[in-house]
Amino acid sequence: MSTPAPSQNGQRPVHTPTGLIAFAWTLVGVPLAYGLYQTVRTALDLFGG
Amino acid sequence: MTGVTGRRPGLPGVRPAEVSPWQCRASWRASASSPAPGFNRWLIPPAALAVHLCIGQAYATSVYKTALVEDFQVSQTAIGIVFSIAIVMLGLSAAVFGTWVDRNGPRAAMFVSAICWSTGFLVGALGIATDQLWLLYLGYGVIGGIGLGIGYISPVSTLIKWFPDRPGLATGMAIMGFGGGALIASPLSRQLMDLYDPDYDGTAGTVPGGNAVALLFLTLGVVYLFFMLFGATIIRVPAEGWKPDGWDPSSVKQKALVTTESVSAANAIKTPQFWLLWIVLFCNVTAGIGILEQASPMIQDFFRDDAGDSSVALTAATGFVGVLSLFNMAGRFVWSSTSDFLGRKPNYMIYLGVGLLLYIGLATVGSSATWLFVILAAVIISFYGGGFATVPAYLRDLFGTYQVGAIHGRLLTAWAAAGVAGPLIVNGVLDTQGEPGTLQAGDYRPALFIMVGLLAVGFVANLLVKPVAAKWHEPKAPGAEGAPTPERSAAR
Repeated sequence: MSTPAPSQNGQRPVHTPTGLIAFAWTLVGVPLAYGLYQTVRTALDLFGG
Repeated sequence: MTGVTGRRPGLPGVRPAEVSPWQCRASWRASASSPAPGFNRWLIPPAALAVHLCIGQAYATSVYKTALVEDFQVSQTAIGIVFSIAIVMLGLSAAVFGTWVDRNGPRAAMFVSAICWSTGFLVGALGIATDQLWLLYLGYGVIGGIGLGIGYISPVSTLIKWFPDRPGLATGMAIMGFGGGALIASPLSRQLMDLYDPDYDGTAGTVPGGNAVALLFLTLGVVYLFFMLFGATIIRVPAEGWKPDGWDPSSVKQKALVTTESVSAANAIKTPQFWLLWIVLFCNVTAGIGILEQASPMIQDFFRDDAGDSSVALTAATGFVGVLSLFNMAGRFVWSSTSDFLGRKPNYMIYLGVGLLLYIGLATVGSSATWLFVILAAVIISFYGGGFATVPAYLRDLFGTYQVGAIHGRLLTAWAAAGVAGPLIVNGVLDTQGEPGTLQAGDYRPALFIMVGLLAVGFVANLLVKPVAAKWHEPKAPGAEGAPTPERSAAR
């Protein structure tokens, strides 16, 4: 959530595309979810799962 | 949630006539990455994660260690040195290049880190493919290690500046990524080596060939380069004086130990606070490594009977390592975020004080039940991770945001020292107790009580931390509240 504010340094307020934020989080989130899933699977061996 | 004050980016409270050519150059660098108002700060954590998830691979080297031992026909130690060189270079490069990172900004730092980390893998791959071990030392150890150090500190100060209201949460997210990097790299490496070597299936007893490891290094080098450059592309530093909407900076002053002043990296290392925190980090990391280093054999040894048989199977021991990895990663995020509410000093009192009690519990009653052993060890490791993730915010509290990246870099020499001391203590003690595979819970007690002593030292050091004396604060330009003089503040 961004609220454009008047700039006194000549820069025009911008809107960060939601798609870009979603893409960036997906790009790091998918590998992390993969790693978590694989590690939980390994960890379950401790409990005989 | 952004708002920009009337100051020029990088040059708070300074009239153009006062700006020297050097300052102009620094200002250009700053404005090159300072975003226009309205930029969403939630684009910064994934940029930081893109780097930390990649360099976190450093903790997954055990996946191909045996393969390299067999390929080079050398000892475990000769291959283990590769990791040691990388961690020592991490500490050294973070200390040496910390000021450069602060001056040139996170984008340049992430770019250099990406090049070094990727080049390290490519040179390492060449070394494996041509059977030249020194190339592996030079590539992954030295060049890659420099990428590790610069990459580790590159997004930290930027995150603190974007999240002045929640610095613990922000740095926790990034440094959690370092723990997460190993979770990704371990299974991914197994699957890739399985793909490159049909005779290897990832199960115990099978070892991939050297060519498969070389191809793995090539693949990781290319993939990590892409990911890290993506992070470098989207990272931004906030304009000078930026603050989140609705956040009152004066609320920071109300918390003990939190300063709105600025201390340079050169001055920070002259303060007792820096060295007390160095001791705190060293003790916390050394104690954590004491368990991490021995995790798999340790749980088997703790439940070994007099006949030499352990009630914990090898697969369960591997699962225990997985549990510790999860708690290590979660602790980085959860504990660091918690410190925004509890305060940094109380959080470290928990890591060190409660950690000390848990270590005593591990040494005395840890062998009474597997579930108890696992819980005690898992919470200790969560404190280990929490200690890593909370320290940048602690530094921010004590020294301000001015050169917190460079100060953090210098503090990471404690990590490099602990990386040497931890294994030395544990292995040194266990060597006097008996042969691997015959040890029992009691044989670990001397090492565990040494860790208890270390945690006590760290606890006292943390108690002694007081606000930094005013003589170390940077002078302020007239009318520039909370900002150091322009010739200093222009540097990023």
